Amino acid sequence: MSPILFWIFSALMLGFGAATIVNRNPVASALSLVVSFLGLAALFFSLDAYFIGVIQILVYAGAVMVLFLFIIMLLDLKAEQRRQLNLPVLIGGTGLALLFVAQIVLVLHSFPAGKKPLIPLTAPLNDASNIGMTLFSNYNLPFQVIGVLILVASIGVVVLSKRELK
Amino acid sequence: MVTLNDYLLVSGLLFTLGFAGVLLRRNIIIIFMALELMLNAANLSLVAFSRFNGAEGLPNYNGQMLVFFIITVAAAEVAVGLAIIVALYRARQTTNVEDLNSLKF
Repeated sequence: MSPILFWIFSALMLGFGAATIVNRNPVASALSLVVSFLGLAALFFSLDAYFIGVIQILVYAGAVMVLFLFIIMLLDLKAEQRRQLNLPVLIGGTGLALLFVAQIVLVLHSFPAGKKPLIPLTAPLNDASNIGMTLFSNYNLPFQVIGVLILVASIGVVVLSKRELK
Repeated sequence: MVTLNDYLLVSGLLFTLGFAGVLLRRNIIIIFMALELMLNAANLSLVAFSRFNGAEGLPNYNGQMLVFFIITVAAAEVAVGLAIIVALYRARQTTNVEDLNSLKF
């Protein structure tokens, strides 16, 4: 992928990510998050991770965001009322975030292994088949455990959603 | 040419956005979305490392496996978290974290 495309998709992802946390209306936030996830999926494609990119679109931009929108509309959330600004929190939060960015830039500056460019793959890439082979040979036990986790999560959600929580 | 550092920088910036969202926003659903942003930033750096540290002309698939598991766990986490938020809204009729202070010392 050419550098121009990389920066376009990065800007798309970061721009809509910022829109997610700036918007006052929760529905607008959720829709910005969808576009941000689509930009991230494009970055995954640029890294030759086609299976992960497709999963990202299906699971995140599809299922998870539908769940978010469903809950927002179920609770009928309106745009937030403008509250009195909590100045210490605002300054502290922004300061911590800027500190974190400065730290990342410093660390990456002194990381020689990060300077290598993206070399094209030489072997033929059968992405889904390779992932399937790895998943069902080296990672078979974690895969089964994940199945149990999802079962527990779905039962937990049903219990939580019952009318009486007494 | 795009280098590993570019991907890591973009991933760090995305993580910072999520971090700032968690610290600055008061709506619990928006905080939840910001958490998703942070998880995805971690995914991006994992996939970047997997691609740049490949062997025999292929990416290192161990990193992508971890991303696969993170996505699965995150989907389960969203379902449970949103159910808790609905139960909370039923009890308190609010999603503002400043109104949810009964556990505050």
